Amino acid sequence: MPNNPTPLAETEPVVESKPETRKVHAALTRTSTGHEDLRELEAGLDSLQSDAARKHRIDWSRVLLPVAALVVLVLIWQFYVSLGLKRRDLVPGPLDVLGQIGILWGEAKLQEAVWTSLQRGLVGFLISVAIATPVGLLLAQVAPLRRAFGPLISGLQVLPSVAWVPAAIIWFGLTDATVYFVVFMGAIPSIINGLISGVDQIPPQYRRVGTVLGANRFQMAVQIILPAALPGYLSGLKQGWAFSWRSLMAAEIIAVGGTIGFGLGSMLNQGRDLADMTIVMSAILLILAVGILIELLVFAPIEKRLLRSRGLLSGSTR
Amino acid sequence: MPVVLENLGKRFGDGAPVLDDVNANIGAGEFVALLGASGCGKSTLLNIMAGLEVPTSGALEVPSDGAAFMFQDAALFPWLTARENIELALKLRGVGKAERRIKANELLELVHLGEAGDKRPHELSGGMRQRVALARALSQDRQLLLMDEPFAALDAITRDLLHDELERIWKETGRTIVFVTHNVREAVRLGQRVLLLSSRPGRVVQEWAVTEEHRTDAGLAGQLTGVITARLREEIRRHAK
Repeated sequence: MPNNPTPLAETEPVVESKPETRKVHAALTRTSTGHEDLRELEAGLDSLQSDAARKHRIDWSRVLLPVAALVVLVLIWQFYVSLGLKRRDLVPGPLDVLGQIGILWGEAKLQEAVWTSLQRGLVGFLISVAIATPVGLLLAQVAPLRRAFGPLISGLQVLPSVAWVPAAIIWFGLTDATVYFVVFMGAIPSIINGLISGVDQIPPQYRRVGTVLGANRFQMAVQIILPAALPGYLSGLKQGWAFSWRSLMAAEIIAVGGTIGFGLGSMLNQGRDLADMTIVMSAILLILAVGILIELLVFAPIEKRLLRSRGLLSGSTR
Repeated sequence: MPVVLENLGKRFGDGAPVLDDVNANIGAGEFVALLGASGCGKSTLLNIMAGLEVPTSGALEVPSDGAAFMFQDAALFPWLTARENIELALKLRGVGKAERRIKANELLELVHLGEAGDKRPHELSGGMRQRVALARALSQDRQLLLMDEPFAALDAITRDLLHDELERIWKETGRTIVFVTHNVREAVRLGQRVLLLSSRPGRVVQEWAVTEEHRTDAGLAGQLTGVITARLREEIRRHAK
Protein backbone atom coordinates (compact mmCIF):
# COMPACT_ATOMS: atom_id res chain seq x y z
CA MET A 1 0.00 0.00 0.00
CA PRO A 2 1.22 3.52 -0.67
CA ASN A 3 2.81 5.11 2.32
CA ASN A 4 0.42 7.94 2.81
CA PRO A 5 -2.48 8.57 5.15
CA THR A 6 -5.58 6.84 3.88
CA PRO A 7 -8.33 9.18 4.86
CA LEU A 8 -11.10 6.65 4.64
CA ALA A 9 -12.58 8.22 7.72
CA GLU A 10 -13.14 11.44 5.86
CA THR A 11 -15.28 9.75 3.35
CA GLU A 12 -17.58 8.16 5.87
CA PRO A 13 -20.97 9.46 4.89
CA VAL A 14 -23.01 11.57 7.23
CA VAL A 15 -26.16 10.10 5.87
CA GLU A 16 -28.82 9.96 8.46
CA SER A 17 -30.92 11.97 6.05
CA LYS A 18 -33.49 9.77 4.33
CA PRO A 19 -33.37 6.11 3.50
CA GLU A 20 -35.26 6.86 0.29
CA THR A 21 -32.83 9.24 -1.43
CA ARG A 22 -32.42 6.74 -4.23
CA LYS A 23 -32.41 9.45 -6.83
CA VAL A 24 -30.22 8.27 -9.66
CA HIS A 25 -27.86 10.94 -10.79
CA ALA A 26 -26.04 10.72 -14.09
CA ALA A 27 -22.23 10.44 -14.01
CA LEU A 28 -22.14 9.74 -10.30
CA THR A 29 -24.02 6.50 -10.00
CA ARG A 30 -25.31 3.81 -12.29
CA THR A 31 -27.53 5.34 -14.92
CA SER A 32 -29.19 2.24 -16.30
CA THR A 33 -31.34 -0.16 -14.36
CA GLY A 34 -30.10 -3.47 -15.69
CA HIS A 35 -28.41 -5.35 -18.48
CA GLU A 36 -31.38 -5.27 -20.84
CA ASP A 37 -32.03 -1.61 -20.16
CA LEU A 38 -28.38 -0.84 -20.91
CA ARG A 39 -28.47 -2.81 -24.14
CA GLU A 40 -31.57 -0.94 -25.25
CA LEU A 41 -30.16 2.47 -24.34
CA GLU A 42 -27.00 1.74 -26.25
CA ALA A 43 -28.83 0.50 -29.30
CA GLY A 44 -30.89 3.70 -29.31
CA LEU A 45 -27.83 5.90 -28.96
CA ASP A 46 -25.96 3.95 -31.63
CA SER A 47 -28.71 4.45 -34.15
CA LEU A 48 -28.99 8.15 -33.25
CA GLN A 49 -25.29 8.69 -33.66
CA SER A 50 -24.54 6.77 -36.82
CA ASP A 51 -25.34 8.09 -40.24
CA ALA A 52 -27.96 6.36 -42.29
CA ALA A 53 -26.31 4.61 -45.22
CA ARG A 54 -26.37 6.81 -48.28
CA LYS A 55 -27.10 5.31 -51.65
CA HIS A 56 -24.55 5.70 -54.38
CA ARG A 57 -26.15 6.59 -57.69
CA ILE A 58 -24.55 7.25 -61.02
CA ASP A 59 -23.66 10.88 -61.34
CA TRP A 60 -23.93 11.71 -65.01
CA SER A 61 -22.13 15.03 -64.65
CA ARG A 62 -18.97 12.97 -64.10
CA VAL A 63 -19.28 11.62 -67.63
CA LEU A 64 -20.92 14.51 -69.42
CA LEU A 65 -18.69 17.33 -68.18
CA PRO A 66 -15.36 15.82 -69.35
CA VAL A 67 -16.95 14.89 -72.69
CA ALA A 68 -18.25 18.43 -73.09
CA ALA A 69 -14.81 19.84 -72.25
CA LEU A 70 -13.27 17.59 -74.91
CA VAL A 71 -15.81 18.68 -77.52
CA VAL A 72 -15.12 22.35 -76.74
CA LEU A 73 -11.35 21.83 -77.12
CA VAL A 74 -11.77 20.04 -80.47
CA LEU A 75 -14.07 22.81 -81.70
CA ILE A 76 -11.50 25.46 -80.75
CA TRP A 77 -8.83 23.46 -82.58
CA GLN A 78 -11.02 23.19 -85.68
CA PHE A 79 -11.84 26.88 -85.50
CA TYR A 80 -8.15 27.81 -85.32
CA VAL A 81 -7.33 25.59 -88.29
CA SER A 82 -10.16 26.98 -90.38
CA LEU A 83 -8.82 30.50 -89.85
CA GLY A 84 -6.00 29.40 -92.17
CA LEU A 85 -3.21 31.19 -90.32
CA LYS A 86 -0.77 28.30 -90.79
CA ARG A 87 -0.11 25.84 -93.58
CA ARG A 88 -2.38 22.82 -93.31
CA ASP A 89 0.51 20.33 -93.42
CA LEU A 90 2.06 22.08 -90.39
CA VAL A 91 -1.12 22.34 -88.36
CA PRO A 92 -3.57 19.63 -89.44
CA GLY A 93 -7.19 19.85 -88.31
CA PRO A 94 -9.00 17.32 -86.13
CA LEU A 95 -10.54 15.66 -89.19
CA ASP A 96 -7.14 15.21 -90.88
CA VAL A 97 -5.76 13.55 -87.75
CA LEU A 98 -8.86 11.39 -87.42
CA GLY A 99 -8.39 10.30 -91.04
CA GLN A 100 -4.74 9.43 -90.37
CA ILE A 101 -5.74 7.39 -87.30
CA GLY A 102 -8.20 5.53 -89.54
CA ILE A 103 -5.42 4.78 -92.06
CA LEU A 104 -3.04 3.62 -89.34
CA TRP A 105 -5.79 1.41 -87.95
CA GLY A 106 -6.41 -0.03 -91.40
CA GLU A 107 -2.70 -0.84 -91.77
CA ALA A 108 -2.83 -2.47 -88.31
CA LYS A 109 0.12 -0.22 -87.37
CA LEU A 110 -1.86 1.55 -84.68
CA GLN A 111 -2.86 -1.66 -82.91
CA GLU A 112 0.72 -2.92 -83.07
CA ALA A 113 2.14 0.31 -81.69
CA VAL A 114 -0.38 0.61 -78.86
CA TRP A 115 -0.04 -3.05 -77.92
CA THR A 116 3.77 -3.03 -78.00
CA SER A 117 4.03 0.09 -75.85
CA LEU A 118 1.24 -0.83 -73.45
CA GLN A 119 2.64 -4.29 -72.87
CA ARG A 120 6.13 -2.91 -72.23
CA GLY A 121 4.81 -0.16 -70.03
CA LEU A 122 2.77 -2.56 -67.90
CA VAL A 123 5.47 -5.23 -67.60
CA GLY A 124 8.06 -2.60 -66.77
CA PHE A 125 5.73 -1.01 -64.25
CA LEU A 126 4.84 -4.30 -62.54
CA ILE A 127 8.48 -5.31 -62.21
CA SER A 128 9.21 -1.83 -60.81
CA VAL A 129 6.45 -2.32 -58.22
CA ALA A 130 7.87 -5.70 -57.24
CA ILE A 131 11.32 -4.18 -56.74
CA ALA A 132 10.31 -0.84 -55.22
CA THR A 133 7.83 -2.11 -52.62
CA PRO A 134 10.19 -4.16 -50.42
CA VAL A 135 12.97 -1.61 -50.89
CA GLY A 136 10.62 1.23 -49.94
CA LEU A 137 9.36 -0.61 -46.84
CA LEU A 138 12.91 -1.37 -45.79
CA LEU A 139 14.02 2.24 -46.23
CA ALA A 140 10.97 3.55 -44.40
CA GLN A 141 11.48 1.19 -41.46
CA VAL A 142 15.25 1.18 -41.01
CA ALA A 143 16.47 4.66 -40.13
CA PRO A 144 20.20 4.31 -41.01
CA LEU A 145 19.35 2.88 -44.43
CA ARG A 146 17.00 5.74 -45.09
CA ARG A 147 19.53 8.34 -43.99
CA ALA A 148 22.05 6.75 -46.32
CA PHE A 149 19.96 6.19 -49.43
CA GLY A 150 17.05 8.62 -49.03
CA PRO A 151 18.74 11.62 -50.72
CA LEU A 152 19.94 9.41 -53.55
CA ILE A 153 16.46 8.04 -54.20
CA SER A 154 14.93 11.52 -54.13
CA GLY A 155 17.67 12.68 -56.48
CA LEU A 156 16.96 9.84 -58.90
CA GLN A 157 13.37 11.01 -59.03
CA VAL A 158 14.49 14.43 -60.14
CA LEU A 159 16.89 13.07 -62.73
CA PRO A 160 14.98 12.70 -66.02
CA SER A 161 15.06 9.04 -66.92
CA VAL A 162 15.79 9.99 -70.56
CA ALA A 163 19.27 10.77 -69.34
CA TRP A 164 19.78 7.01 -69.01
CA VAL A 165 18.95 6.30 -72.67
CA PRO A 166 22.47 6.84 -74.08
CA ALA A 167 24.03 4.76 -71.32
CA ALA A 168 21.45 2.03 -71.78
CA ILE A 169 22.03 1.90 -75.54
CA ILE A 170 25.78 1.53 -74.98
CA TRP A 171 25.26 -1.20 -72.36
CA PHE A 172 22.39 -3.16 -73.83
CA GLY A 173 22.33 -2.13 -77.50
CA LEU A 174 19.06 -1.63 -79.34
CA THR A 175 17.15 -4.29 -77.42
CA ASP A 176 14.15 -4.42 -75.10
CA ALA A 177 16.57 -4.41 -72.19
CA THR A 178 17.37 -0.78 -73.00
CA VAL A 179 13.71 0.18 -72.88
CA TYR A 180 13.07 -1.68 -69.63
CA PHE A 181 16.15 -0.25 -67.98
CA VAL A 182 14.97 3.28 -68.70
CA VAL A 183 11.47 2.46 -67.44
CA PHE A 184 12.88 1.07 -64.18
CA MET A 185 15.05 4.11 -63.61
CA GLY A 186 11.95 6.26 -64.02
CA ALA A 187 9.39 4.27 -62.06
CA ILE A 188 11.28 2.66 -59.17
CA PRO A 189 12.44 5.85 -57.38
CA SER A 190 9.01 7.45 -57.54
CA ILE A 191 7.26 4.35 -56.18
CA ILE A 192 9.81 4.13 -53.37
CA ASN A 193 9.33 7.80 -52.55
CA GLY A 194 5.54 7.44 -52.60
CA LEU A 195 5.70 4.49 -50.21
CA ILE A 196 8.11 6.29 -47.87
CA SER A 197 5.94 9.39 -47.69
CA GLY A 198 2.90 7.16 -47.17
CA VAL A 199 4.67 5.53 -44.21
CA ASP A 200 5.69 8.93 -42.85
CA GLN A 201 2.08 10.03 -42.74
CA ILE A 202 0.88 7.11 -40.62
CA PRO A 203 -0.51 8.36 -37.29
CA PRO A 204 2.03 7.34 -34.61
CA GLN A 205 -0.83 5.84 -32.63
CA TYR A 206 -1.08 2.91 -35.08
CA ARG A 207 2.45 1.78 -34.27
CA ARG A 208 1.78 2.02 -30.54
CA VAL A 209 -1.37 -0.07 -30.97
CA GLY A 210 0.67 -2.57 -32.97
CA THR A 211 3.26 -2.75 -30.20
CA VAL A 212 0.63 -3.13 -27.50
CA LEU A 213 -1.08 -5.88 -29.51
CA GLY A 214 2.24 -7.70 -29.65
CA ALA A 215 3.18 -7.37 -33.33
CA ASN A 216 6.76 -8.29 -34.21
CA ARG A 217 8.77 -6.31 -36.77
CA PHE A 218 7.58 -8.28 -39.77
CA GLN A 219 3.94 -8.31 -38.67
CA MET A 220 4.15 -4.61 -37.98
CA ALA A 221 5.40 -3.95 -41.52
CA VAL A 222 2.94 -6.21 -43.32
CA GLN A 223 -0.20 -6.04 -41.16
CA ILE A 224 -0.06 -2.44 -40.00
CA ILE A 225 2.46 -0.21 -41.78
CA LEU A 226 1.71 -1.33 -45.34
CA PRO A 227 -2.09 -1.11 -45.17
CA ALA A 228 -1.88 2.15 -43.22
CA ALA A 229 0.42 3.61 -45.88
CA LEU A 230 -1.78 2.43 -48.73
CA PRO A 231 -3.16 5.85 -49.77
CA GLY A 232 0.36 7.28 -50.06
CA TYR A 233 1.59 4.09 -51.68
CA LEU A 234 -1.19 4.27 -54.25
CA SER A 235 -0.31 7.81 -55.24
CA GLY A 236 3.29 6.62 -55.50
CA LEU A 237 2.10 3.87 -57.82
CA LYS A 238 0.17 6.38 -59.92
CA GLN A 239 3.21 8.54 -60.23
CA GLY A 240 5.34 5.47 -60.90
CA TRP A 241 3.06 4.49 -63.76
CA ALA A 242 3.22 8.02 -65.18
CA PHE A 243 7.02 7.93 -64.97
CA SER A 244 7.28 4.53 -66.60
CA TRP A 245 4.94 5.57 -69.42
CA ARG A 246 6.89 8.78 -70.01
CA SER A 247 10.27 7.06 -69.81
CA LEU A 248 9.04 4.41 -72.18
CA MET A 249 8.01 6.99 -74.77
CA ALA A 250 11.34 8.79 -74.44
CA ALA A 251 13.23 5.54 -74.88
CA GLU A 252 11.15 4.54 -77.88
CA ILE A 253 11.63 7.88 -79.59
CA ILE A 254 15.39 7.85 -79.16
CA ALA A 255 16.19 4.17 -79.51
CA VAL A 256 14.79 2.99 -82.82
CA GLY A 257 15.71 -0.13 -84.76
CA GLY A 258 17.56 -3.26 -83.68
CA THR A 259 15.26 -5.75 -81.95
CA ILE A 260 13.20 -2.95 -80.45
CA GLY A 261 9.66 -3.38 -81.73
CA PHE A 262 7.37 -0.70 -83.11
CA GLY A 263 5.78 1.25 -80.28
CA LEU A 264 3.96 4.56 -80.02
CA GLY A 265 7.23 6.40 -79.52
CA SER A 266 8.58 4.77 -82.64
CA MET A 267 5.46 5.88 -84.48
CA LEU A 268 6.03 9.43 -83.29
CA ASN A 269 9.62 9.30 -84.47
CA GLN A 270 8.54 7.89 -87.82
CA GLY A 271 6.11 10.78 -88.26
CA ARG A 272 8.97 13.20 -87.69
CA ASP A 273 11.19 11.41 -90.20
CA LEU A 274 8.42 11.52 -92.81
CA ALA A 275 7.60 15.12 -91.83
CA ASP A 276 3.99 13.99 -91.60
CA MET A 277 2.32 16.08 -88.95
CA THR A 278 -0.84 13.97 -88.93
CA ILE A 279 1.14 10.90 -87.82
CA VAL A 280 2.89 12.96 -85.15
CA MET A 281 -0.42 14.31 -83.85
CA SER A 282 -2.02 10.85 -83.97
CA ALA A 283 0.84 9.40 -81.95
CA ILE A 284 0.67 12.20 -79.37
CA LEU A 285 -3.09 11.80 -79.01
CA LEU A 286 -2.77 8.03 -78.67
CA ILE A 287 -0.06 8.35 -76.01
CA LEU A 288 -2.31 10.76 -74.13
CA ALA A 289 -5.38 8.56 -74.59
CA VAL A 290 -3.64 5.47 -73.19
CA GLY A 291 -2.52 7.51 -70.18
CA ILE A 292 -6.02 8.82 -69.56
CA LEU A 293 -7.63 5.40 -69.99
CA ILE A 294 -5.26 3.74 -67.53
CA GLU A 295 -5.97 6.48 -65.01
CA LEU A 296 -9.74 6.27 -65.52
CA LEU A 297 -10.08 2.49 -65.70
CA VAL A 298 -7.39 1.33 -63.27
CA PHE A 299 -6.26 3.92 -60.77
CA ALA A 300 -9.36 6.05 -60.28
CA PRO A 301 -11.65 3.14 -59.25
CA ILE A 302 -9.02 1.66 -56.91
CA GLU A 303 -8.31 5.02 -55.32
CA LYS A 304 -11.98 5.83 -54.92
CA ARG A 305 -12.71 2.51 -53.28
CA LEU A 306 -9.73 2.84 -50.99
CA LEU A 307 -10.63 6.33 -49.85
CA ARG A 308 -14.32 5.59 -49.45
CA SER A 309 -13.71 2.51 -47.34
CA ARG A 310 -11.65 4.65 -44.97
CA GLY A 311 -14.18 7.46 -44.88
CA LEU A 312 -11.78 9.89 -46.53
CA LEU A 313 -13.94 10.81 -49.51
CA SER A 314 -16.70 12.93 -47.98
CA GLY A 315 -16.41 16.60 -48.82
CA SER A 316 -13.83 16.16 -51.56
CA THR A 317 -14.47 17.41 -55.07
CA ARG A 318 -13.69 14.07 -56.64
CA MET B 1 -0.75 -8.75 -6.34
CA PRO B 2 -0.70 -8.39 -10.11
CA VAL B 3 0.76 -4.90 -9.95
CA VAL B 4 3.28 -3.63 -7.44
CA LEU B 5 4.95 -0.26 -7.89
CA GLU B 6 7.85 0.51 -5.57
CA ASN B 7 9.56 3.89 -5.38
CA LEU B 8 9.02 4.25 -9.09
CA GLY B 9 10.63 7.27 -10.73
CA LYS B 10 10.85 8.51 -14.28
CA ARG B 11 12.56 11.46 -15.89
CA PHE B 12 13.09 12.23 -19.54
CA GLY B 13 16.66 13.22 -20.28
CA ASP B 14 17.94 15.80 -17.81
CA GLY B 15 14.52 17.32 -17.19
CA ALA B 16 12.66 17.46 -13.90
CA PRO B 17 11.30 14.09 -12.83
CA VAL B 18 7.86 13.27 -14.23
CA LEU B 19 7.24 10.57 -11.66
CA ASP B 20 8.93 10.44 -8.29
CA ASP B 21 8.68 7.75 -5.65
CA VAL B 22 5.37 6.29 -6.79
CA ASN B 23 4.14 3.48 -4.58
CA ALA B 24 1.00 1.44 -5.19
CA ASN B 25 -0.30 -2.09 -4.94
CA ILE B 26 -3.15 -3.23 -7.12
CA GLY B 27 -4.89 -6.48 -6.33
CA ALA B 28 -6.24 -9.06 -8.74
CA GLY B 29 -9.63 -8.12 -10.13
CA GLU B 30 -9.45 -4.66 -8.65
CA PHE B 31 -10.68 -1.54 -10.43
CA VAL B 32 -8.39 1.37 -9.63
CA ALA B 33 -8.93 4.89 -10.86
CA LEU B 34 -5.77 6.94 -11.23
CA LEU B 35 -6.70 10.57 -10.87
CA GLY B 36 -4.65 13.69 -11.39
CA ALA B 37 -4.42 17.10 -13.03
CA SER B 38 -2.51 17.65 -16.24
CA GLY B 39 1.20 17.04 -16.02
CA CYS B 40 1.01 14.49 -13.24
CA GLY B 41 2.51 11.76 -15.38
CA LYS B 42 -0.61 9.58 -15.42
CA SER B 43 -0.04 8.49 -18.96
CA THR B 44 3.66 7.95 -18.36
CA LEU B 45 2.85 5.74 -15.40
CA LEU B 46 0.46 3.74 -17.55
CA ASN B 47 3.02 3.43 -20.33
CA ILE B 48 5.52 2.11 -17.81
CA MET B 49 3.04 -0.49 -16.60
CA ALA B 50 2.37 -1.46 -20.21
CA GLY B 51 6.07 -1.84 -20.90
CA LEU B 52 6.06 0.93 -23.50
CA GLU B 53 8.51 2.92 -21.40
CA VAL B 54 11.07 1.96 -18.78
CA PRO B 55 11.28 3.63 -15.35
CA THR B 56 14.51 5.43 -14.45
CA SER B 57 14.40 4.28 -10.83
CA GLY B 58 12.45 1.99 -8.55
CA ALA B 59 10.94 -1.38 -9.27
CA LEU B 60 7.71 -2.61 -10.65
CA GLU B 61 6.00 -5.92 -10.85
CA VAL B 62 3.44 -6.53 -13.57
CA PRO B 63 1.96 -9.75 -14.98
CA SER B 64 4.55 -11.53 -17.10
CA ASP B 65 2.25 -11.67 -20.14
CA GLY B 66 2.02 -7.90 -20.18
CA ALA B 67 -1.09 -5.76 -20.22
CA ALA B 68 -3.90 -4.87 -22.56
CA PHE B 69 -4.08 -1.18 -23.36
CA MET B 70 -6.88 1.13 -24.37
CA PHE B 71 -6.12 4.62 -25.64
CA GLN B 72 -7.99 7.90 -25.48
CA ASP B 73 -8.86 7.69 -29.15
CA ALA B 74 -10.09 4.32 -30.27
CA ALA B 75 -7.12 3.97 -32.68
CA LEU B 76 -8.96 1.38 -34.73
CA PHE B 77 -7.39 0.59 -38.07
CA PRO B 78 -9.56 2.33 -40.70
CA TRP B 79 -8.88 -0.25 -43.39
CA LEU B 80 -10.46 -3.03 -41.33
CA THR B 81 -14.05 -3.55 -40.24
CA ALA B 82 -14.91 -3.62 -36.56
CA ARG B 83 -14.72 -7.42 -36.52
CA GLU B 84 -11.48 -7.52 -38.49
CA ASN B 85 -9.91 -5.09 -36.04
CA ILE B 86 -10.61 -7.53 -33.23
CA GLU B 87 -9.55 -10.48 -35.38
CA LEU B 88 -6.22 -8.80 -36.11
CA ALA B 89 -5.53 -8.51 -32.38
CA LEU B 90 -6.36 -12.21 -32.00
CA LYS B 91 -4.17 -13.07 -34.96
CA LEU B 92 -1.20 -11.21 -33.50
CA ARG B 93 -1.78 -13.28 -30.36
CA GLY B 94 -1.53 -16.43 -32.46
CA VAL B 95 -5.17 -17.53 -32.38
CA GLY B 96 -6.21 -19.81 -35.29
CA LYS B 97 -8.41 -18.56 -38.09
CA ALA B 98 -11.66 -20.37 -37.28
CA GLU B 99 -11.41 -19.57 -33.60
CA ARG B 100 -10.68 -15.91 -34.35
CA ARG B 101 -14.04 -15.47 -36.03
CA ILE B 102 -15.96 -17.08 -33.17
CA LYS B 103 -14.04 -15.16 -30.50
CA ALA B 104 -14.43 -11.83 -32.31
CA ASN B 105 -18.18 -12.33 -32.56
CA GLU B 106 -18.37 -13.18 -28.87
CA LEU B 107 -16.47 -10.04 -27.97
CA LEU B 108 -18.64 -7.87 -30.22
CA GLU B 109 -21.66 -9.38 -28.53
CA LEU B 110 -20.12 -8.60 -25.14
CA VAL B 111 -19.90 -4.89 -25.99
CA HIS B 112 -23.38 -4.97 -27.56
CA LEU B 113 -22.15 -4.50 -31.09
CA GLY B 114 -23.14 -7.84 -32.56
CA GLU B 115 -24.87 -6.11 -35.46
CA ALA B 116 -22.09 -3.66 -36.30
CA GLY B 117 -19.27 -6.13 -36.93
CA ASP B 118 -19.09 -5.46 -40.66
CA LYS B 119 -18.97 -1.70 -40.33
CA ARG B 120 -15.83 0.33 -40.85
CA PRO B 121 -14.60 2.58 -38.03
CA HIS B 122 -15.68 5.75 -39.86
CA GLU B 123 -19.24 4.45 -40.01
CA LEU B 124 -19.38 4.05 -36.22
CA SER B 125 -20.07 6.73 -33.65
CA GLY B 126 -17.38 7.70 -31.14
CA GLY B 127 -18.98 5.57 -28.43
CA MET B 128 -19.25 2.55 -30.71
CA ARG B 129 -15.62 2.94 -31.73
CA GLN B 130 -14.54 2.97 -28.09
CA ARG B 131 -16.57 -0.19 -27.47
CA VAL B 132 -14.83 -1.89 -30.40
CA ALA B 133 -11.52 -0.71 -28.93
CA LEU B 134 -12.57 -2.18 -25.58
CA ALA B 135 -13.45 -5.48 -27.25
CA ARG B 136 -10.07 -5.43 -28.97
CA ALA B 137 -8.30 -4.77 -25.67
CA LEU B 138 -10.24 -7.65 -24.08
CA SER B 139 -9.31 -9.93 -26.98
CA GLN B 140 -5.73 -9.78 -25.79
CA ASP B 141 -6.88 -11.97 -22.93
CA ARG B 142 -4.61 -10.41 -20.34
CA GLN B 143 -5.48 -10.10 -16.72
CA LEU B 144 -4.41 -6.47 -16.53
CA LEU B 145 -6.26 -3.84 -18.56
CA LEU B 146 -4.82 -0.34 -18.68
CA MET B 147 -7.09 2.46 -19.83
CA ASP B 148 -5.77 5.92 -20.66
CA GLU B 149 -8.69 8.35 -20.45
CA PRO B 150 -10.70 6.19 -22.83
CA PHE B 151 -13.92 8.19 -22.56
CA ALA B 152 -12.48 11.71 -22.41
CA ALA B 153 -13.39 12.58 -25.99
CA LEU B 154 -16.98 11.34 -25.81
CA ASP B 155 -20.16 13.30 -25.23
CA ALA B 156 -21.65 13.18 -21.73
CA ILE B 157 -24.60 10.93 -22.57
CA THR B 158 -22.41 8.33 -24.22
CA ARG B 159 -19.86 8.53 -21.44
CA ASP B 160 -22.47 7.83 -18.75
CA LEU B 161 -23.64 4.77 -20.64
CA LEU B 162 -20.12 3.51 -21.22
CA HIS B 163 -19.45 3.79 -17.49
CA ASP B 164 -22.30 1.34 -16.90
CA GLU B 165 -21.03 -0.79 -19.73
CA LEU B 166 -17.47 -0.90 -18.47
CA GLU B 167 -18.60 -1.74 -14.95
CA ARG B 168 -20.70 -4.62 -16.31
CA ILE B 169 -17.84 -5.96 -18.43
CA TRP B 170 -15.40 -5.63 -15.58
CA LYS B 171 -17.71 -7.74 -13.39
CA GLU B 172 -18.27 -10.29 -16.16
CA THR B 173 -14.61 -10.72 -17.07
CA GLY B 174 -12.94 -10.22 -13.69
CA ARG B 175 -10.10 -8.15 -15.12
CA THR B 176 -7.80 -5.94 -13.11
CA ILE B 177 -8.34 -2.45 -14.44
CA VAL B 178 -6.22 0.65 -14.02
CA PHE B 179 -8.22 3.58 -15.33
CA VAL B 180 -6.52 6.92 -15.82
CA THR B 181 -8.71 10.02 -15.77
CA HIS B 182 -8.70 13.69 -14.89
CA ASN B 183 -12.40 13.58 -14.16
CA VAL B 184 -13.19 13.21 -10.45
CA ARG B 185 -16.78 12.09 -11.10
CA GLU B 186 -15.59 9.43 -13.48
CA ALA B 187 -13.03 8.19 -10.96
CA VAL B 188 -15.68 7.92 -8.24
CA ARG B 189 -18.20 6.39 -10.61
CA LEU B 190 -15.86 3.60 -11.72
CA GLY B 191 -13.06 2.93 -9.28
CA GLN B 192 -13.16 0.75 -6.20
CA ARG B 193 -10.22 2.79 -5.15
CA VAL B 194 -9.25 6.27 -6.29
CA LEU B 195 -5.55 7.16 -6.23
CA LEU B 196 -4.72 10.84 -6.45
CA LEU B 197 -1.47 11.68 -8.17
CA SER B 198 0.27 14.98 -7.51
CA SER B 199 1.64 16.99 -10.40
CA ARG B 200 5.30 17.64 -11.22
CA PRO B 201 6.52 15.29 -10.00
CA GLY B 202 3.77 12.71 -10.02
CA ARG B 203 3.40 10.85 -6.75
CA VAL B 204 0.49 9.08 -5.09
CA VAL B 205 -0.57 11.57 -2.43
CA GLN B 206 -3.82 10.14 -1.20
CA GLU B 207 -6.31 7.38 -1.83
CA TRP B 208 -9.99 6.80 -1.17
CA ALA B 209 -12.10 3.67 -1.17
CA VAL B 210 -15.38 3.74 -3.07
CA THR B 211 -18.02 1.36 -1.77
CA GLU B 212 -21.07 -0.21 -3.34
CA GLU B 213 -23.23 2.39 -1.54
CA HIS B 214 -21.52 5.11 -3.53
CA ARG B 215 -22.66 3.37 -6.71
CA THR B 216 -26.32 3.67 -5.90
CA ASP B 217 -26.57 6.71 -3.65
CA ALA B 218 -25.93 9.92 -5.53
CA GLY B 219 -25.73 11.89 -2.29
CA LEU B 220 -22.89 9.78 -0.98
CA ALA B 221 -21.11 9.74 -4.30
CA GLY B 222 -21.47 13.51 -4.55
CA GLN B 223 -19.99 13.97 -1.12
CA LEU B 224 -16.96 11.84 -1.93
CA THR B 225 -16.55 13.67 -5.23
CA GLY B 226 -16.50 16.93 -3.32
CA VAL B 227 -13.85 15.70 -0.90
CA ILE B 228 -11.62 14.43 -3.68
CA THR B 229 -12.09 17.58 -5.75
CA ALA B 230 -11.07 19.72 -2.79
CA ARG B 231 -7.90 17.69 -2.31
CA LEU B 232 -7.14 17.81 -6.03
CA ARG B 233 -7.52 21.60 -6.07
CA GLU B 234 -5.25 21.92 -3.09
CA GLU B 235 -2.69 19.99 -5.10
CA ILE B 236 -3.16 22.26 -8.12
CA ARG B 237 -2.97 25.41 -6.00
CA ARG B 238 0.50 24.42 -4.83
CA HIS B 239 1.70 25.23 -8.33
CA ALA B 240 0.33 28.77 -8.31
CA LYS B 241 3.46 30.19 -6.71
